[in-house]
Amino acid sequence: MIELKNISKKFGKLTVLNSVSTRFEEGECIALLGPNGCGKTTMIKTILGMVVPDSGSIIFEGREVNKDWRYREDIGYMPQIGRYPENMTISHLIQMMKDIRKDESVIPDEELIRSFGLNEIIHKKMRTLSGGTTQKVSAALAFMFHPKVLILDEPTAGLDPIASLKLKEKIIKEKEKGKLILITSHILSELDDLVTKIVYMNDGRFLFEKPIEDLKEETGEEKLSRAIARIMQSRLTQFTQPQIQLA
Amino acid sequence: MKKILKYVIADIIQNKIVIIYTLLLLTISFSVFSLESSAAKGMASLLNLVLLIVPLICIIFSTIYIYNSAEFIELLVSQPLKRKTLWLSLFGGLASSLSIAFLIGVGVPVLIYHADLTGLVLVLSGLFLTIVFVSIALWAAGMTRDKAKGIGWAIALWLFFALIFDAIVLFLLFQFQDYPLENAMVVMSFLNPIDLSRIQILLQMDISALMGYTGAVFQEFFGSLNGIVISFAGLILWIFIPLFFSLRRFAKKDL
Amino acid sequence: MKILIVYITLLLSGLFYAGIVSAKNIYVGKQRAYKTIKAGLQAAVRGDTVFVDKGIYQESGLEIDKSIYVKGNGYPVIDGQKKGTVITIHADGAVLDGFKIINSGNSEQTDYAGVLIVDSYNVIVKNNQLVDNQFSIYSQHSRNCRILDNVIHSNAQDEVLSGNGIHCWRSDSLLIIGNNISGQRDGIYFEFVTNSLVWRNISHNNLRYGIHFMFSHHDTYISNVFEKNGSGVAVMFTHHVQMYNNFFLDNWGGAAYGILLKEITDSYISGNHFSHNTTAIEMEGCNRTKFFKNSFIDNGYAMRVSASSMDNEVYENNFIKNTFDVATNGTLVLNKFYRNYWDKYDGYDLNRDGIGDIPYRPVSLYSTIVESNPSALMLFRSIIVSLLDKTEKLIPGITPENLKDDQPCIKPIKL
Repeated sequence: MIELKNISKKFGKLTVLNSVSTRFEEGECIALLGPNGCGKTTMIKTILGMVVPDSGSIIFEGREVNKDWRYREDIGYMPQIGRYPENMTISHLIQMMKDIRKDESVIPDEELIRSFGLNEIIHKKMRTLSGGTTQKVSAALAFMFHPKVLILDEPTAGLDPIASLKLKEKIIKEKEKGKLILITSHILSELDDLVTKIVYMNDGRFLFEKPIEDLKEETGEEKLSRAIARIMQSRLTQFTQPQIQLA
Repeated sequence: MKKILKYVIADIIQNKIVIIYTLLLLTISFSVFSLESSAAKGMASLLNLVLLIVPLICIIFSTIYIYNSAEFIELLVSQPLKRKTLWLSLFGGLASSLSIAFLIGVGVPVLIYHADLTGLVLVLSGLFLTIVFVSIALWAAGMTRDKAKGIGWAIALWLFFALIFDAIVLFLLFQFQDYPLENAMVVMSFLNPIDLSRIQILLQMDISALMGYTGAVFQEFFGSLNGIVISFAGLILWIFIPLFFSLRRFAKKDL
Repeated sequence: MKILIVYITLLLSGLFYAGIVSAKNIYVGKQRAYKTIKAGLQAAVRGDTVFVDKGIYQESGLEIDKSIYVKGNGYPVIDGQKKGTVITIHADGAVLDGFKIINSGNSEQTDYAGVLIVDSYNVIVKNNQLVDNQFSIYSQHSRNCRILDNVIHSNAQDEVLSGNGIHCWRSDSLLIIGNNISGQRDGIYFEFVTNSLVWRNISHNNLRYGIHFMFSHHDTYISNVFEKNGSGVAVMFTHHVQMYNNFFLDNWGGAAYGILLKEITDSYISGNHFSHNTTAIEMEGCNRTKFFKNSFIDNGYAMRVSASSMDNEVYENNFIKNTFDVATNGTLVLNKFYRNYWDKYDGYDLNRDGIGDIPYRPVSLYSTIVESNPSALMLFRSIIVSLLDKTEKLIPGITPENLKDDQPCIKPIKL
């Protein structure tokens, strides 16, 4: 469904993505893991067309994306830190997003708006919202247009446990509809019952890319967090950097 | 395009600076016409407004607006939109709202006090300068991610076109005093939208003969219909060239 | 005084003739004994009056060679059919009155005229309409002639083929009063014409100059209007010119002047009104002339004084709304400016005597730059120019040091 071919990106002298190639298919739920600054967000932004890669190509459903921007209609994106025009109210923002998607026959999915209670504060300006509420708006927007692909950058960061749970339920629901879901998160425990595949990035490369079953089998751990920790430890001893510890 | 434009304009109008700008222009225009002894003298004072204040405000406001719209741009870039559409919407929103401000602030008083060809050329030139400096601002805003630096660049560019360019022209005039420079001066004037507008307006004012007095080439070139058409074509180029470069840069920008 | 004597002499001489001649009347017209003007003129003898009825007379080469009074009733038209000069006057004391004279010949070799006055004394040409003649009224070697209240119009297209409205050459003591001249090459042209008076004429929309004279000393010009002429007014190589209360208006154009004074000396220019001229007064080699009580309003340049002009005095004039008040191409200025009103003066008057306490410098730095470097006009009204001018006002360095008005008036001078 999404294929990355030899994507490289430098910011100045710093190589953020180093010839990354991979494929993501429908029905997968991929956890994109890795330490801060490893290139996760850049990779997501590359897929979204927000960052233009120096070389390589991205193929979405068989079409190269730099030729055609329409593929973004099929992507719902929830940024790590949602930044919105300050003077707009939530309802304006939603209206604008609807306007951008020209297809009016599609009934927008407003489930999250209701379950997050956003419809009660719909006339508040974005400027006045708390970080958590802004995240709720981001989440609602990402799911609104029934996208085939959902890209969620740290979705639960800043959300309260209840909202977090509601979001997780929503993600599972969408996953069951056969959508491709790409999540980055630091909180591995929440990914347990979601993820089908793990991608671990470091220094702009994919360190490994494995279905969760394989991973659990290899490590003999049931919990994702432990499995990751195990695998990291074995690798780190290989690289003789034992001082780094994972939570 | 239209949809985004709508949101940009709504946003700019909510931003009260454009309204203050309109009122400022209105106040200056009306006071200039009522304080000066004749409408012609009022026009001469308006000339300075059009050639100095309008470009300054347009370039600074547009630059700041672009920096302040970083979130908006970031949000929309991840949406199913062409970057070109987004950037042109920003340009269109800025250009149209500042143009409307100018038309109300200067166009209306001129219509009341001096509705003739001179007035028309003054308003038209001001309108072009508004759009040209929005275009230049979009280009300047792409030069750096740092807002303070970007505004610095904008002011520097304004200073260049309003003052430094003419100082260079004056310098060249003295350096090459012994050569026939009229044709070169015509070419030079095309390198600066403010000069181009100024000469157009002056030729419509009574001063035309004075210019013809010593620089027949000016009078012949800028005074003829062809010259007027070519001058405005020059101003149109001044809109599209910076816009084109800013568009090219924005197409590759990482957000 | 001189004028008065001339005038009285003329009057007396007129009375003298009338007294001694026993005159008869001759009538010309379709129903009259004389069908053509030519026949009428031939039949007349000295002292007669020839009356011409209304109608169209296709005649040219007419001659008035004796002292007779030729009077048209209801403006009979004499159509020269583009064949040579229409009427030639070669007589002392002849009068031509009330005709419409049209279509003189037009040639590059010969100057053809509507009315040609040759070697005559005391001739009067008055109340005529002259239309489409090469030269309308042409006077040569004549004295004491009067050209009064004629309306002259032509459609001059180019300077070579066209002639002047009132053209006078080697004449003396002429009175040119109340004529309205338009569409000629020069409205009034004087060459070697002396002791004459030009009064209350309107010369407008002529191809070249409203009035143009050279080597015409001791002439006086009063209350004339020179308006919208191709190049304004140009006068040259003459001394003792007196110009009072004339109007120089709307002479805009690349080479148009309100008035160009070239080699004019010992003259008086006073009470004149200059407005909307590219250059109100252009002076080249103009010496010992006094300019006073003139108004300069809305001109490009009020005065351009070449370095070759000296010992002129400019005082009690009003300079209002001119782009440049004074420009000069030299650094040493030997002319005096005092007690003028300059609207750009921003000094103060602490002792309230109506005279500003600090001098006014009418030459701006920018006008000096433009003088030496005309292309600098491209920068007209740019901020760099106003900055330079302001700086120069504070610290004069380039503009002529001694070109200043030490007693600038605070209020406009009442004229």
